[in-house]
Amino acid sequence: MDFNELFKLSYRAINANRLRSFLTMLGIVIGVFAIILLVSIGTGLQTFITNQIAGLGSNLIFVIPGRIGGARTPGGVVSNKLVVADAKTLQLKLKSLANVAPVVSQITTVKYKNRENKGTTIFGTTSNYPKIVQNATIERGSFFSKSQEQSGARSAVIGQTVLNNLFYSQNPIGKRFFIGNNIYTVLGVINKRGAVFGIDQDNVVIIPLSAAQRQFGLTHVNTIFISVNSSSSVSRVKEQTKKILLGHLTEDDFTIQTAESTLSIVSNITNILSIALGGIAAISLLVGGIGVANIMLVSVTERTREIGLRKALGAKRSDILKQFLLEAIMLSLTGGIIGIILGLFGSIVLARFLVSQVTLWSVFIAFGFSVVVGIVFGMAPAIRASKLSPIEALRYE
Amino acid sequence: MKKTNLISLANVTKDYNLGDLTVRVLKGITLKIKNGEFVAIQGRSGSGKSTLMNIIGLLDTPTAGSYYLEETDVSSLKEDELSYLRNKKIGFVFQSFNLLPRATILENVVLPGIYAGENPKERDEKAGNILEKIGLLKHISKRPNQLSGGEQQRVAIARALMNNPDIILADEPTGNLDTKSGQEVINLLKTLHKQGKTIVLITHEKDIAKQADRIIKLTDGRIN
Ligand SMILES: Nc1ncnc2c1ncn2[C@@H]1O[C@H](COP(=O)(O)OP(=O)(O)OP(=O)(O)O)[C@@H](O)[C@H]1O
Ligand SMILES: [Mg+2]
Repeated sequence: MDFNELFKLSYRAINANRLRSFLTMLGIVIGVFAIILLVSIGTGLQTFITNQIAGLGSNLIFVIPGRIGGARTPGGVVSNKLVVADAKTLQLKLKSLANVAPVVSQITTVKYKNRENKGTTIFGTTSNYPKIVQNATIERGSFFSKSQEQSGARSAVIGQTVLNNLFYSQNPIGKRFFIGNNIYTVLGVINKRGAVFGIDQDNVVIIPLSAAQRQFGLTHVNTIFISVNSSSSVSRVKEQTKKILLGHLTEDDFTIQTAESTLSIVSNITNILSIALGGIAAISLLVGGIGVANIMLVSVTERTREIGLRKALGAKRSDILKQFLLEAIMLSLTGGIIGIILGLFGSIVLARFLVSQVTLWSVFIAFGFSVVVGIVFGMAPAIRASKLSPIEALRYE
Repeated sequence: MKKTNLISLANVTKDYNLGDLTVRVLKGITLKIKNGEFVAIQGRSGSGKSTLMNIIGLLDTPTAGSYYLEETDVSSLKEDELSYLRNKKIGFVFQSFNLLPRATILENVVLPGIYAGENPKERDEKAGNILEKIGLLKHISKRPNQLSGGEQQRVAIARALMNNPDIILADEPTGNLDTKSGQEVINLLKTLHKQGKTIVLITHEKDIAKQADRIIKLTDGRIN
């Protein structure tokens, strides 16, 4: 029996029960759609985070409070013992090897004239911050100088959201605005960084560490950035940093990370996330496959007499097997293709709001999966049909 | 034409198991049908006519006894070999027509050609010729339910002729038809017989059976 003939038969059978076929396909559509979309989210997230970390520079070490991971404390330990003074100590002791910039933070409202911007993150740091953190560049104006920092000058570098909401399209440089109750002068504007999971990375104001400490009374640091002068000494500096901090802190109070170590942790996490998301989606595809098997069993039962007739007229087992298998494959493949199209479309739309990146392999896998689902779940009903005895099938009412 | 034995049954029995009860439906059938014969198998309802036809038509297997189709002992054949023989040697006509309702008349008639692996153009042409001879060419793209019972049964006969088989097996072909269209179907079978086909006609009606060359009377699973 030629393929054309088989194709016509399957098409006709699917077309004869349009609603039923559609509902069966829907199961596959949803499964494939979910695979494409969730894998896109996982991949997009991974790319985004990787780029962020890579943007920090490979010579960067950062110290954060508390403990992350570890065999003894898998959930991590919360601690707030890492303070600004530790950063100062580190800068003194690592003087010739590295630059140190501590960062403290506080969320508050900023105001200019009658406009205000809520939920702005105020970062207090030192003047060498732009040199250390490579993905922070000054787009307009300048960063505050060492002397401005040391004098505790109320000068500020603002992010794009703050720029837009307070100053519109006016030139903000030299403008005076409120952070809380204190007046600051705009020195510069930082480049656009975008939003991650709805958190606006541009709703920030960077001010001198001393000013931040004075205004908000902050002593605990968010992060201590250490930029090592030569990449060959990164691990030595890491060791020294650890030794220095252990002088008065315990191992639970801080975690030292490099861009590289963070990258490997993050890619581990995002890989697991991608697989988990894909796995959840695969379950829905499995359910879709069971739907295909179910409807094929119904189809075989309904057409028992037809099968008997075809056998009487000379159909071989393999002819009947192919007929029903192709029908199952067509059902799930059509569902798969619709799912892929919707998934691609969904990923593209989603990329506007969230991170999402379509990967070719997820399209191939989804395509392959839907064929495999058709074969696996169509096989049992098709075998059942092919094994019917012609006389019993003809007699079936 | 050389009259060889086309169908030879010897001591064929058929048992059905109904739970722990075994019913013997055919009780030792011995019969020979020669090439080119027109035979009627006649008997009352339940006498085993359909059971016998299913065995002759290779749709069912005897419980005991032997069946030779030409020189071939069919008990030695595998399922796909039986399919092949049904496809090439036998044309079936059923009481209930058994046409595929969603397929056109042409598509119904070409079915045996499809399973014979014929190419589409040739088989459509062939089916067209057969339908033309039977006077149904104008219905070629209709569906079966748009035809009368008599027309449907003639379509079924056209389908049986598709692969130019040696034997036409017709099980109560007139059972669902009125006298007039029933007679048309029998006339068609007679024509085919004149063209050299071997016809086995199963019926419970004496008037129908009389029109064959030979009547085999079946009573309660036996030939008398
Ligand atoms: N699959 C089966 N299982 C059990 N008994 C069966 C089966 N098929 C037929 N029989 C029995 O075998 C006997 C003969 O059946 P068969 O269909 O051959 O009769 P028939 O002569 O064709 O009758 P009719 O003229 O009504 O078609 C009947 O008593 C019937 O009940
Ligand atoms: Mg019968």
